[in-house]
Amino acid sequence: MKKIHLQPIEGKSAGYMGLIALLGAFVLGALGSTYYMEHNGHWVTGMNNQIVWGMPHVFAVFLIVAASGALNVASISSVFNKKIYKPLAPLSTLVALALLTGGLMILVLDLGRPDRLIVAMTYYNFKSIFAWNMILYNGFFVIVGIYAWFMLDRTMKQYSRYAGIAAFVWRLALTTGTGSIFGFLVARTGYDMAMMAPMFIIMSFSFGLAIFILVLLASYNWTERELGDVVLTRLRKLLGIFVMAVLYFVFVYHISNLYATEHHDFEAFMLLGANGGETYSNIFWFGQIIVGSLVPLALIYAPAVAKCRKTLALACLLVVFGGLAQMYTIIIGGQAYPLEMFPGMEVLESTFSDGVVSQYSATLPEVLLGLGGFALSLMVIAFGVKVLGFLPATLADSVADPHAKAE
Amino acid sequence: MNKKAITNNETINISRRSFVEKSATAAAALTIAPGVLLNQVHAKPAGQPITDAKRWGILIDTAKCGNGCNDCVTACNEENGIVSHGRPLTDQQWIRKVKLKDKMTNHVVSLPMMCQHCESPPCVDVCPTGASFKRVDGIVLVDRHICIGCRYCMMACPYKARSFAHEEVEATVDYQPRGKGTVESCTMCVHRVDNDGTPACVEACSSNEHGAMVFGDLKNPQSEISRQLEKHGGKQIRADLGLNTGVRYRGI
Repeated sequence: MKKIHLQPIEGKSAGYMGLIALLGAFVLGALGSTYYMEHNGHWVTGMNNQIVWGMPHVFAVFLIVAASGALNVASISSVFNKKIYKPLAPLSTLVALALLTGGLMILVLDLGRPDRLIVAMTYYNFKSIFAWNMILYNGFFVIVGIYAWFMLDRTMKQYSRYAGIAAFVWRLALTTGTGSIFGFLVARTGYDMAMMAPMFIIMSFSFGLAIFILVLLASYNWTERELGDVVLTRLRKLLGIFVMAVLYFVFVYHISNLYATEHHDFEAFMLLGANGGETYSNIFWFGQIIVGSLVPLALIYAPAVAKCRKTLALACLLVVFGGLAQMYTIIIGGQAYPLEMFPGMEVLESTFSDGVVSQYSATLPEVLLGLGGFALSLMVIAFGVKVLGFLPATLADSVADPHAKAE
Repeated sequence: MNKKAITNNETINISRRSFVEKSATAAAALTIAPGVLLNQVHAKPAGQPITDAKRWGILIDTAKCGNGCNDCVTACNEENGIVSHGRPLTDQQWIRKVKLKDKMTNHVVSLPMMCQHCESPPCVDVCPTGASFKRVDGIVLVDRHICIGCRYCMMACPYKARSFAHEEVEATVDYQPRGKGTVESCTMCVHRVDNDGTPACVEACSSNEHGAMVFGDLKNPQSEISRQLEKHGGKQIRADLGLNTGVRYRGI
C-alpha cells in the first residue's frame, strides 16, 4: 500500500459556505423549537403523559446508535487490522463523534429542565442505565478523541491500535447501554427483552455505516478528490451484510415475542395493526422492512448497478430512513401499546388512558429539533474535515489497495 | 435521600417548636399533665430523621369504593394544588379512578390508582440523578429540585402513576414544591404523614360513607391496616413484578 496522505479540505468555496449556512439554519431552527417548547412547556408538542418520549427521541437515539456504528471502519482497520480501511479510520472517528454530538444535543434540549444539565453531570444514581449512559457518552468522546489524536499524530501513531481496541470495546458498551434503556423496562410488553442490547449493536453497524458512506461519497464528490471502486465496493457489501443482520435480529425479536402467548396481542398490534396499531404496522412493513431494508438490499446487490454511486447513495439514504422508521416503531409504538396493568380485566372507565392505545402525532418543533441534531452532526463533520486532515487526499484504487481488483 | 426529608422536618420542627413553647406555657398555666402535652406532639422529636421502624401503606377495599365517586381525586387535587388546564392528555393526575370489568365473570369494580409506593420501585432504579427516591418509611417521592425532566421514570413505572408538568404550575402550595418540566406523583401526603396526619384521599374517603381506604403502618401488627390485611388479605397490582407495593387492594 502506498503512503496515505491526509489533507484538510480547503473549505472556501461557495458550495462549502452554502452548506454551512444551510446546516446552520437547521441548527437555529432546532434552538428556536427548543425555546418554544421550553417556554410554553411540553404540552405544545405531541408528547403527553402516555407518550412521554416522542420524535426528538426517535432522532436522538438513532444518531447515538449510528455514532457507535460510524466507528466501524476505524475498528475494522485497527482491531481487525484490515489495511484497506486504514486511510478511512480518522474520518470514521470524526463521523462517530459528530453523530454523538448531534444526538446528545437533541436529547438534552428535549429535557423538561435542560438548564439542569449540570445536575445530570453531578448527581449520579449508579443503578440507572441513563446514568451509565452519561458516563458512556462522555467516555466515548474522550476515548474516540484520543484514538483520533493517536492516528493523526505521527509521534503517537504506534499507540493507535491500543486506543482503537479501547474505542471498540467502549462503543460496544455504549450501544449495549442504549439498547438496555429499553431492554430493562420490565413493565412494558414491547421493551422487556435483553435482546434489545445486541439488536441495538447490530442496528448501529448498519445505520452508522450508511451515514459514513454518504459522508464519504459527498465529501469526495464535492471536493473532486478521487474515490476508487475498491473501497466503495467493500463498504457496499459490508452494508448489505449489516442490513441483513438487522433483519435477522428483528425477526428473532418478533419470533421470541410470538412464542409467549401473553405477547400475542402486542405482536398483532405491531405486525398486523390489530387493535389500533395500524400506524405502527404500516411504518414497520413499509418503512422499516420494505423501503428501509429490502429495497436497499436490492440496490446493493443488483449486478446492473454494482458500481453506480448514486444507487449506493440512495441505498444508504433508505437505510437511514428505515432506521428512523425502526426507531419510531420501537420508541413510539412501544409506548402506544397499552400498559398491561390488570390482566383478565377490561378497563371500562379511566381518565388516564388506561387500557387504550395512546395517540401521538409529532409536531413541527419536535421534527425541527430532530433535524437540527442531524444538521449539527453534519456541521461538525464539515468543520472537522476543514481544520484537520481527516480525509485522504486520494482514495484511488491504486492507493487504496493496489493488489485488489475492483469487483 | 434523607436530606430532603430532614429539610422538610426542619421546616415542620420550627413551627412545632414554637407550638411546643406556647403549649408548654399554656400547659404550665393550666397545670395540665405533661402526658397530654407529649401525646399532642409525639409525631417525631425535633431533628430526628425518618426511620425504617414504620412502613406506610394504604389498603383499598374495592367492594366499598363508590362507583362514580371521585372524592379521593378531588381531595388530592385540592390538597396538592393540582389544577386542570383542560387538557386531559397533559394535565397532571396523581390519583385517578379506574373502572374495571372481569372479562370472564363480568364483575365490575371501581378503584383509585396512584403511586403504589413500591418497596423496589422501578422509577427509583432508572432515575439518572437520584431525584426519584424512596424514604426509609416506604414513601416514594420525586425531589423536584434535582429532577431534570427526562421522563425515564414514567417509562419505567408499571402503574402509569407519574405525570409530567407539561406547563407552568400555577397553584403551588408551600409544602409541595412543583414546577414545569419536572415529574411528579402521589406523595402519600407526606407533609401530613410527617405530622401524624392521614393522606387527603383517605380522609376524604372516610368522611363520606364509603370508607374504602385504610392508611397506616404496615410494620405495626396492631395497626388497623395490618389487622385488616391479616384478616382479609390484600392484593398487589402486577404482583408478578415482585415490587412489594405499599398500596394493596381487596376485591380484585
